Amino acid sequence: MKEYKKAFKRAFPYTIPVLTGYLFIGIAFGVMYAEKGYSFLWAILMSLLVYAGSGQYLAVNFFVPGISFLQVIFLTFMVNVRHVFYGISLVERFNRFGKSRWYMIFGLTDETYSLLCTTKVPEDVDEEKFLLAITILDHSYWTLGGAIGAIAGTLLPINSEGIDFAMTALFVVVFIEQWMEKKNRIPEIIGVAVAFISLQIFGADSFVLPAMLCIMLVLFAGRKRLEQREDEVCH
Amino acid sequence: MPLSVGTSLLIILVVGITTFATRVIPFLIFPKGKEIPKTVQYLGKVLTPAVIGMLVVYCLKNTQVMAAPHGIPELISVITVAVLHVWKRNNLLSIGVGTVLYMVLIQVVF
Repeated sequence: MKEYKKAFKRAFPYTIPVLTGYLFIGIAFGVMYAEKGYSFLWAILMSLLVYAGSGQYLAVNFFVPGISFLQVIFLTFMVNVRHVFYGISLVERFNRFGKSRWYMIFGLTDETYSLLCTTKVPEDVDEEKFLLAITILDHSYWTLGGAIGAIAGTLLPINSEGIDFAMTALFVVVFIEQWMEKKNRIPEIIGVAVAFISLQIFGADSFVLPAMLCIMLVLFAGRKRLEQREDEVCH
Repeated sequence: MPLSVGTSLLIILVVGITTFATRVIPFLIFPKGKEIPKTVQYLGKVLTPAVIGMLVVYCLKNTQVMAAPHGIPELISVITVAVLHVWKRNNLLSIGVGTVLYMVLIQVVF
């Protein structure tokens, strides 16, 4: 128990940016869901069991009479398809862990993935407990945000327009932090450039999958040059 | 509530399971004890910064460049976040100021 307490204490400062972002966008989700006629308990339930930003924004639209479950599965899969590739960076690490890794896999949102991959584990804590603590903290911020939003949304009309920019800001911050390490720069540029081109070609609703596939292709093509620059990005 | 409790619960479960499925796939392909190919190890390392680059674009994907306000609020806010962050290296400050600025820009100014 003492070990876990320490892991949470050490993890907390690293999760503060996600705390800010998740409260904002969680609130936005709660407001939208409440507008559909669902109480804050439903918002909490969905945030606990689904735990996905854009996935839950989209899911709010499923709560209409006559929705087809095939459509629910297809749309949810497409909006989250980028996550298929995230595990590749973590599979080696997670395979060293015990049962808790299944929860950490469940919790691999964009933000948590970025944190797990870019945070150096402090030397005096156990790696598995530390990463688990990050995942639990992020998950609870997200759920809390959804609950606050759902309650506030039913009590008072708030103009939350633009609040989801917190997520953009968070990734700009993570981007800059990564940029500070020279070896990350070429992959970052590849990510931005390929995604941007793919967005122009395929449009906002369907550019992610082609972008991810192209990014992998380019990373493969540049393997020799990139490996020279590489020591450990996600380790 | 537009739907019954049962149907609503079912939708949440289906969305939850589908989301989990997208996240668990690599871990099913490379289970514990199975040697991970060198190519995948390499990819795992360079993929993170590339994905973060992609996510910045992903967050901005709905920006209207052709129609008013031509992405100006996004541009101003992203630059503010970036400059603030390079200058102060304070996550909370960069995200907080950037978000509030953006909200003011789209709600009041533009």
